[in-house]
Amino acid sequence: MKILVPVKRVIDYNVKPRVKADGTGVDLANVKMSMNPFDEIAVEEALRLREKGAATEVIAVSVGPAKATETLRTALAMGADRAILVQTDDEVEPLAVAKILKAIADAEAPGLVILGKQAIDDDSNQTGQMLAALMGRPQGTFANEVTVEGDSVTVKREIDGGLETVKLSLPAIVTTDLRLNEPRYASLPNIMKAKSKPLDTKSPADYGVDTAPRLKTVKVNEPPVRQAGIKVADVDELVGKLKALGIA
Amino acid sequence: MKTLVLVEHDNSSVKDATLSTVTAASKLGEVHLLVAGKGCAGVADAAAKIAGVGKVHLADDAAYEHQLAENLAPLIVDLMGHHDAFLAPATTTGKNVAPRVAALLDVMQVSEIIGIEGDKTFVRPIYAGNAIATVESSDPKLVITVRGTAFDKAASEGGAGTVEAVSGAGDAGLSTFQGSELAKSERPELTSAKVIVSGGRALKDSETFKELIFPLADKLNAGVGASRAAVDAGYVPNDFQVGQTGKIVAPEVYIAVGISGAIQHLAGMKDSKTIIAINKDEDAPIFQVADIGLVGDLFKIVPELTGKL
Ligand SMILES: Cc1cc2nc3c(=O)[nH]c(=O)nc-3n(C[C@H](O)[C@H](O)[C@H](O)COP(=O)(O)OP(=O)(O)OC[C@H]3O[C@@H](n4cnc5c(N)ncnc54)[C@H](O)[C@@H]3O)c2cc1C
Ligand SMILES: Cc1cc2nc3c(=O)[nH]c(=O)nc-3n(C[C@H](O)[C@H](O)[C@H](O)COP(=O)(O)OP(=O)(O)OC[C@H]3O[C@@H](n4cnc5c(N)ncnc54)[C@H](O)[C@@H]3O)c2cc1C
Repeated sequence: MKILVPVKRVIDYNVKPRVKADGTGVDLANVKMSMNPFDEIAVEEALRLREKGAATEVIAVSVGPAKATETLRTALAMGADRAILVQTDDEVEPLAVAKILKAIADAEAPGLVILGKQAIDDDSNQTGQMLAALMGRPQGTFANEVTVEGDSVTVKREIDGGLETVKLSLPAIVTTDLRLNEPRYASLPNIMKAKSKPLDTKSPADYGVDTAPRLKTVKVNEPPVRQAGIKVADVDELVGKLKALGIA
Repeated sequence: MKTLVLVEHDNSSVKDATLSTVTAASKLGEVHLLVAGKGCAGVADAAAKIAGVGKVHLADDAAYEHQLAENLAPLIVDLMGHHDAFLAPATTTGKNVAPRVAALLDVMQVSEIIGIEGDKTFVRPIYAGNAIATVESSDPKLVITVRGTAFDKAASEGGAGTVEAVSGAGDAGLSTFQGSELAKSERPELTSAKVIVSGGRALKDSETFKELIFPLADKLNAGVGASRAAVDAGYVPNDFQVGQTGKIVAPEVYIAVGISGAIQHLAGMKDSKTIIAINKDEDAPIFQVADIGLVGDLFKIVPELTGKL
């Protein structure tokens, strides 16, 4: 069984994003970019399934600019077998990303596609569910635990009230939540090795997908800023404040 | 415009998240509801009483009992034949099913809106709330998830909707529900609590978290939250996590205990009315957003505070 892992190049989670002065977006010039943290978890899960013998090949895919190659090399250094870059300088929305992934899935016939539950830049939380819909296959979103057995996968999901377990017939789509695993770091020798692993470059047109956006960004603003307040000296003063707020 | 709102429920009662979604929908036009579940006629009757609601579509079928997206999405797509917008609360249920509906309709979803500026123009946070985008949809139909803290709750009484049974294709045969481990708690639910006490990594372990945070929360009749670090370390279950990738909360008062204030955590609580922080590091970023700060050792402060309330 092959596993397809879509990985997105996003702003590093340690960087505080700044809105551009002209209100057109977030300033990404000279900002550190990394693999979306949920996608590292996705790559890790795919590798573990391969190491357990449940999968034979792990293919990383990214839709994005030439620089997304770095993200794919990271996936390869972690242990993915090969990579596909669908190169475009346009902003590609989740629906179009899902259409491209669907075309790749049609060609590669993976048993599982493991995605991040959300990308930490656009915070859409859509791509996996959309891909599942387009493929007409089941979805295990916000996965906390993934077990492959025969022709099905059991997914324990993190939901608002706790945890829920669903069983899905393969092929299936899984999206990762934070507690699924702790991703490995790529070792130096593996980073070197990754440089010679196969990486194909394609374009959205190769898959016949129109990436014209459906949503127009009218403007991007700074959120209202909170001002730091006061410091109280001790617990008694804090109790006084809580009483003034009417909660104690 | 005719809107269809997904009612969030547990087959016995309507969840609060539905009410803010109804408010958002009513800004767009006529509000119709969908109650899909098993043995949920009572939920539909209750939903019909929500202020401003028109028709309530009731799909009562074992296939919908657990809100499996594979089964729900085709039902919703059918109903969208005569609705212009589908809205779901941005809960784990809504986030699971709405994008599946959007893709089947070939529509780009607008996720977690916090404002409505026109028929097709919406406001949504991106980059963990560090930027606020205004986006305009060009799709013929709308699929939207709604952030509960951003819209007032519609009144749960006073409406006069009519319930109409609908049937869908039922079980798509792709997925089955196996079971759930739901936290039972007497404390207020995080997303609707007026006061929240949250604990961070500094709480050391699950025992200490329980001994310090729970009694304080009980004194204040508060819900209990946590940082990701506290959840990852196993102090409390995943459904306690507040933040960009956990729950978004906006209580009257949010008390952060031993939480540093990483941007991912702030994203989930910075719209709280009053933020109180207890931290031993006076330079902790949490103090930059806190209205009231107390610098010191939580192991001394929290028991003393609980005792004096
Ligand atoms: C005018 C405009 C300006 C924009 N500006 C920016 C910008 O400055 N920076 C920016 O990052 N986005 C920007 N976007 C958004 C961007 O085009 C996508 O819509 C958005 O990044 C996709 O949503 P998401 O990644 O949050 O999806 P999610 O559904 O949250 O992603 C979930 C998962 O899907 C997979 N995935 C998603 N995208 C890809 C991909 N490209 N390749 C491989 N796997 C993927 C990953 O596994 C990911 O974890 C802009 C959009 C518009 C319309
Ligand atoms: C993809 C991604 C998603 C994330 N999503 C979330 C999210 O949704 N929610 C979230 O919370 N985080 C999230 N994080 C994690 C976030 O970046 C931080 O790591 C996390 O919030 C830190 O938790 P903390 O404040 O409890 O721990 P720390 O940062 O370790 O802070 C502990 C604090 O306790 C104080 N302290 C220690 N001892 C005492 C004492 N005795 N008395 C008083 N104070 C004391 C310290 O001064 C420190 O400020 C995410 C990270 C990533 C990469």
